[in-house]
Amino acid sequence: MDIKKIQFSYGDKPLIHELSTTIEKGKITTIIGPNGSGKSTLLNLIIKQLKPKEGQIAVDGKSITACSYKDIAKMMAIVHQHNTAPEDLTVERLIAYGRTPYQSFWSSKDEEEEKVVAWALKVTKLEGLAGKPISQLSGGERQRAWIAMALAQKTDILLLDEPTTYLDIFYQLEVLNLVRELNKTYGMTIVMVLHDINQAIQFSHNVIIMKHGKIVYTGNAIEGVTTERLQEVYGIQATIRWCDKNCCPYMVPIAI
Amino acid sequence: MKRRGSAFLIISTLLVIMIVVAISVGSVSVPLDQVIDSIFSGTGGSGGIVRDIRIPRVIMGVLVGANLAVAGVLLQGVMGNPLADPGITGISSGASVVVMLVMLYFPGASASIPFYGFIGSMVACMLIYLLAWKNGISAIRIILAGVAVNAMLGGVTSMISILNSENLTGVLSWLNGNLGKKGWSEVRMLVIYTVIGLVLTIPLSKSCNLLALGDKNAKSLGYSPNVLRILISIVAVFLAGISTAYVGVIGFIGLVVPHIARMIMGTDHKVLIPFSALLGSTMLLLADTLGRTITAPYEIPVGIVMTIIGGPFFLYLLRKDQRRYGH
Repeated sequence: MDIKKIQFSYGDKPLIHELSTTIEKGKITTIIGPNGSGKSTLLNLIIKQLKPKEGQIAVDGKSITACSYKDIAKMMAIVHQHNTAPEDLTVERLIAYGRTPYQSFWSSKDEEEEKVVAWALKVTKLEGLAGKPISQLSGGERQRAWIAMALAQKTDILLLDEPTTYLDIFYQLEVLNLVRELNKTYGMTIVMVLHDINQAIQFSHNVIIMKHGKIVYTGNAIEGVTTERLQEVYGIQATIRWCDKNCCPYMVPIAI
Repeated sequence: MKRRGSAFLIISTLLVIMIVVAISVGSVSVPLDQVIDSIFSGTGGSGGIVRDIRIPRVIMGVLVGANLAVAGVLLQGVMGNPLADPGITGISSGASVVVMLVMLYFPGASASIPFYGFIGSMVACMLIYLLAWKNGISAIRIILAGVAVNAMLGGVTSMISILNSENLTGVLSWLNGNLGKKGWSEVRMLVIYTVIGLVLTIPLSKSCNLLALGDKNAKSLGYSPNVLRILISIVAVFLAGISTAYVGVIGFIGLVVPHIARMIMGTDHKVLIPFSALLGSTMLLLADTLGRTITAPYEIPVGIVMTIIGGPFFLYLLRKDQRRYGH
């Protein structure tokens, strides 16, 4: 995915300045950065929830500016940060909404539906909860259900906007393990926004570090997070340690 | 699924019973066997009453009840707001101002009154949407904008009434919501409009369901939420505006019915819409029959009966959902 010189502003307030980057196919890329750095905005621009003032975003050489919402929904799916659903909506029916891009305006069935919904339930380990209303699920289960809906879109690219926020550490790891599995087993390209820097290092191939609507670093996750960069981007003092268990560095914040 | 099936069966049965009761009850009560007789043969006597007065009135009630209830479901879906209904969104008052003007100043144009009603409701509804719009429509803003615009239109209605106090009798009984005094030609036209409007809701039920997942999800599943909103609103305004043009302002049915229907059927619009239509017909017939009989020989217009029943219900909803919709 190629992003070329995109600009975006809310009213007069510019949020993204001449941003260019490339997101590698088949890899997990995580966008990190302080609050208001434009992480979620970038994610929403990639999937055309927001339209850039200038610049181009292309997937496999095809510009998304010219694509309809429906075409985009077949290319990439997103799990939004805040989701609401009617109280009585069951997991199964929620997942079936993921098939919408493949259905006509008036019908809500397609040939693949049953097969794909069953697959999405299995991948997210929700088979036992298929008939349960969303409102009765735990936070972690609910997040998995929304991921399952996105999976039912059968796209090569999956975007996630802060998928672990509001979850306790167990469910955070569960969601991130699921994301990793989707990448490994099904070769999905993952782009997500995370707040936790250590999780970003641990679970991503690449990171995009943002500040004030600009990219400070893009590339290998392990190499990207350094004490100097944490000082520059977040304004914190931190040290980087190495964890033997998962062969991965982690940062320990010390002071501001 | 089974529960929903039996709910449909029960409401259909209730509607049939209500239709029969509404035909036989009134200032002249007609026994059941004569009701059936007169449909197929009789003219004059009680047969004439049934054929020329009661049956058109009952059909009007069935159609208008269904239309207003379905319009309510659609508007609540569009705004993600359970307090929206044809009254609050200005559809009724917009239609009534325009229809009143046409009735009083262009009596020759009475054949195209439904069209003018539709235009009037469209304009008022758009005005309230625009006033209430700010990064989406919030429950409170729509009610405030609705109160303001409805008060203004109500003022216009009163002003026109005062200026035309000599020839107001016909207009007044229409304004309060009245199913009576409708001929077969009007009934036939409303049947056509109703069929068109209700058939259009079939493909829209999916759009309503998509909007319930939030704008962001509707968009990332391939549809522009605002385009869906406009399509759904046009059908809702059509159903309610046309009905208001024929029978006047009948409030609250579009509010009360969808809520009861949702409690019974859940939130899936594929079943919610048809069920609301049946429930709306039944409830409006009940209200009209009560209005005709309770204070006989005086007749209370059905619009007034619905206001008396619906007002407290509205307050109940406001209290019950305060935590969810207060902001």
